[in-house]
Amino acid sequence: MSRAFLAILRRDLALAVRAGGGGELALVFFLTVVVLIPFALGPDLNLLSRIGPAILWLGALLATLIGLDRLFQADEEDGSLDLIRGAPLPLELAVFAKALAHWLTTGLPLTLAAPLLGLLVALPAEGVVPLTASLALGTPALSFIGAAAAALTASLRRGGLILPILVAPLCVPVLIFGVSASDAARGPMPLQSPLLILAALSLMAAAVGCVAAAAALRQPD
Amino acid sequence: MTQIRFQTFALTAEALACRRGGRAIFDSVGFRLANGEAIALTGRNGAGKSSLIAMLCGRLRPEAGAIKLDGLDDMPLAEAAHLVGHRDGLKTALTATENLRFAQELLGSAGLTPAEALATVGLPHAGPLPVGYLSAGQRRRVALARLLVASRPIWLLDEPMAALDVGSQAMLSQLMQGHLAAGGAILAATHGPLGLDGARELRIGP
Repeated sequence: MSRAFLAILRRDLALAVRAGGGGELALVFFLTVVVLIPFALGPDLNLLSRIGPAILWLGALLATLIGLDRLFQADEEDGSLDLIRGAPLPLELAVFAKALAHWLTTGLPLTLAAPLLGLLVALPAEGVVPLTASLALGTPALSFIGAAAAALTASLRRGGLILPILVAPLCVPVLIFGVSASDAARGPMPLQSPLLILAALSLMAAAVGCVAAAAALRQPD
Repeated sequence: MTQIRFQTFALTAEALACRRGGRAIFDSVGFRLANGEAIALTGRNGAGKSSLIAMLCGRLRPEAGAIKLDGLDDMPLAEAAHLVGHRDGLKTALTATENLRFAQELLGSAGLTPAEALATVGLPHAGPLPVGYLSAGQRRRVALARLLVASRPIWLLDEPMAALDVGSQAMLSQLMQGHLAAGGAILAATHGPLGLDGARELRIGP
């Protein structure tokens, strides 16, 4: 069973790094958003530094949404989803493997790039660690919530249009606590509690998202 | 090639009816498939051959009727059956070997190694090539090689001969004969001959 789990994980990671896999797309999009916003805002460094964490978190959220619709749709179209359905591995674990691969190829690179991009939005030095920690703990929730929505839209041809509408409201708590953790470095608020809530949100999304996605994928036409 | 004998099983379908998009496609289709038996599923285009196979895999809900698999320790049909359909389940960015290794690890029952399976379907040198570079017939043969890397008793094939050249059709017939001899069963939707002695014909639609 763990062999099948690792097989899915390994295959999705391999597909993401091959040409056209879309693994680098999220990172490039994230970079573009974060680089362009300071130009749009103008030369007010205080303003930029105040909304910097929000820019980074919004960029990370939008970058995660890019390509999310292909998570199950690509497998549905070429028939490999039928293979996965026929495997002895419970579908919930198959979804977990795919969502984990998605996080490893989008959420994790975004988290690692954030400290560097923090420089572009005048993030204060003491804010770098809280921001990176909040992204590391919060982005898994985005992948798992996204997996449930991607499973629902897997068989829709233009599922990419409806997916952000399904995902965005569910990601609001992650966004709120993500930004408040990053802000905690400057204010009197404690850093620990938003981070704990982010971790809880990710764990909850992993449990609920995998079960929901598996239920959606199991549904016969 | 060592052959694995399969346990005794019987797949029965009773009075299956299919309705898609509000239109009745077929009704009262039934069959029994046991060890060593083959069924050639025939019918005009749109008669519902692929729909019947989708029903057997659990991808389509029957409008009426029942599908039952006896034997094989109550294994669900989806786990006892191999499916090779129009959507071949291959990733174009991965090599033939990677695709087959993935299928083997995912489906998890012992079979040939990917290299042996590719040699059996006549593509001994295709292993390191991305599937996207292969022709339609070669892709079909890589998909058919999946039948060999994991051993499952029931083969559900949707037009397996499509895109295959004459030599490959004979190779597939031979593979199917071997599978039947080992106690497996085959249900194949087809328009042409399968090259199997003793395959029953199940015709759906007018």
